[in-house]
Amino acid sequence: MLSLLVRRTAQMLFVMAGISILVFLIFFATPGSDPASRIAGRNASPEVLAAVRHDFGLDRPLPVQYALMMQHLFITHDLTSFVNRGQRVIPEVIEAAPVTLSLVLGAAVFWVIGSIGIGVLAAATRDSVVDRLLMAAGLIGISMPVYWLGEIVNLVTQSRFHDTWLFSWVPPLGYTAFTEDPWLWFKTLLLPWMTLAILYIGLYGRVLRANLVEAMQEDYIRTARAKGLSESRILLHHALRTSLIAFVTLFGLDFGALVGGGALLTEVVFGLQGVGKLTYDALRNLDLPVIMATVMYASFFVVFANALVDITYATLDPRVRLA
Amino acid sequence: MTESPPAPSEPGQAYSGRVEPPAMGPWARALRLLAADRAAMLSLALLAMITALCLAAPLYATYVAHTDPFVSNVDGEITLRGKRVPVVQPSTEGLGLGSAPLGPTWEIGNFLLGADEQGRDIAARLLYGGRNSLLIAGASTVLCLVLAALTGLVAGFFGGFVDTVISRVLDVLWAFPIYLLAISLSIVLITKGFDIGPISISAGSLALPILIIGIVYVPYVARPIRGQVLSLKESEFVLAATALGVPAQRILLRDILPHVMTTLIVFVPLLMAINMLTESALSFLSIGVQPPDASWGTIIQDGTNLIYTRPMVAIAPGIAIVLTVLSLNLLGDGVRDALDPRSKLRLR
Repeated sequence: MLSLLVRRTAQMLFVMAGISILVFLIFFATPGSDPASRIAGRNASPEVLAAVRHDFGLDRPLPVQYALMMQHLFITHDLTSFVNRGQRVIPEVIEAAPVTLSLVLGAAVFWVIGSIGIGVLAAATRDSVVDRLLMAAGLIGISMPVYWLGEIVNLVTQSRFHDTWLFSWVPPLGYTAFTEDPWLWFKTLLLPWMTLAILYIGLYGRVLRANLVEAMQEDYIRTARAKGLSESRILLHHALRTSLIAFVTLFGLDFGALVGGGALLTEVVFGLQGVGKLTYDALRNLDLPVIMATVMYASFFVVFANALVDITYATLDPRVRLA
Repeated sequence: MTESPPAPSEPGQAYSGRVEPPAMGPWARALRLLAADRAAMLSLALLAMITALCLAAPLYATYVAHTDPFVSNVDGEITLRGKRVPVVQPSTEGLGLGSAPLGPTWEIGNFLLGADEQGRDIAARLLYGGRNSLLIAGASTVLCLVLAALTGLVAGFFGGFVDTVISRVLDVLWAFPIYLLAISLSIVLITKGFDIGPISISAGSLALPILIIGIVYVPYVARPIRGQVLSLKESEFVLAATALGVPAQRILLRDILPHVMTTLIVFVPLLMAINMLTESALSFLSIGVQPPDASWGTIIQDGTNLIYTRPMVAIAPGIAIVLTVLSLNLLGDGVRDALDPRSKLRLR
């Protein structure tokens, strides 16, 4: 177990270093990408460009620039933005993180409850009308662009039906901190939660149903039936347990990616200033220090979730440890 | 024997004495299964219809709507129920700033779905946009599968150092949040284009989103293929071929590729569905398809400012995306059931 932990940590560090180099190469070494001309503006004279290059250290060799950036980000923690000069990058990320965390945690509650409900119900009523309808609904959920769904939700709740009793409680777009006003926090996030969760409810519900149906063919289910256990007990206690392993894997990976900024489109549509939105704005301005910080933050969650899933697996299933 | 059959066949069948009908090949069987799947066939028909409609976009614009949906038409007027109506009116809401384009008229060929802020016919733009959305989704799928097959086959078959390098690169790409990677590449490439050696793509070209979307999903396909090749390499028919001295590249092409082919075909509709959603998201963030070209994503972007006044501009392309992606997913389920009955293959 210890060797697995060490190996996994080394792998995590390797992948994160790889991602940081990749980001750096995309923004500095791609032909056509010139951060100095972006910073200086469209019609900057060659002298201004040269001054900007010198000022931001862009005239130094690429490996030196990379090493300096990593040093400021991870060792001295004083990396500053290219666009808003003097603005520290790390506090910006820390400020945006609770917004994203609120959004993703709430959505996760919805999608875990929703997809387990749908998956179990569909598996229990296998091949019936209920099963078909649920699976069709799940498929529609997977097929909708999330930003489009968000716009439709806004259209209905902020404009068309906002003055009716149904949606008059919906606050204007934006974010209120939980510490400021928990009830308003809940109300502003309820619709973004549901919008973000719909894709995952569809996805996980379908996967869970498939796994449950497969598990119901196994020998231990036949044994449980032979023991005289009730069908619902077999489904919930025996089949669901093994089926949840695949579910947990998926959940770990998606949750990590979303906390890392994967919920960007939902954040943009609902006006939430989270990590995804921060990354997107930084990308638009080619603000490399901010991009580097947010991408490192994002990849940390992805890689960490990955490792966590592997280690959970190893504790659950001794066969994995030996592999 | 210098040639091993592509799939393990039943030995001794020909000598059993009885005359048996020729067995159906695996492809024929899969096709028959697929044809019997009503949902898959229905979605195939819907896809064909959507594609045909989009291909007919110039015909609709020229002969039915008599409009050029790529030219600003702010001062245009149309005849609606006997009255002359301006296509874009000064706004009467709020401060009276801005403009209010025509809403849906529900008259075919006469701004059926209304106009956008520049007075362009949304129905015609929708058809033109669909061409680009379908083209990008399809082409990036092909590109992704070719790249993934190459990397997966090479990594799995040759193993050793090559495998280590490829697998580590895939690990890094895989851990890079997909939208962030796609957006990063788009933002860098969209302004100046792409120019490495013989490959040169201009900034507004459709080839850019195709290239970007094609690349970002490679790890998701290459990983399962590498795994499949690894296990095929240990299978008896490959060991037999190796023992007979069949050259490696022949084993790769004749014994391993046909098996991998099944996996690749299962991925086609599923990947195309995901690619279409990715393209629309990039275009919605205005870093995918660039004006004057349109795609369903860019039309939703055009409609974002009008969402409370003229919601149809954003709703219509969204419905087009949902219908197309839904039928691709349904078709994908059908193809998977036909080719991979145990349904082990999954994207994401």
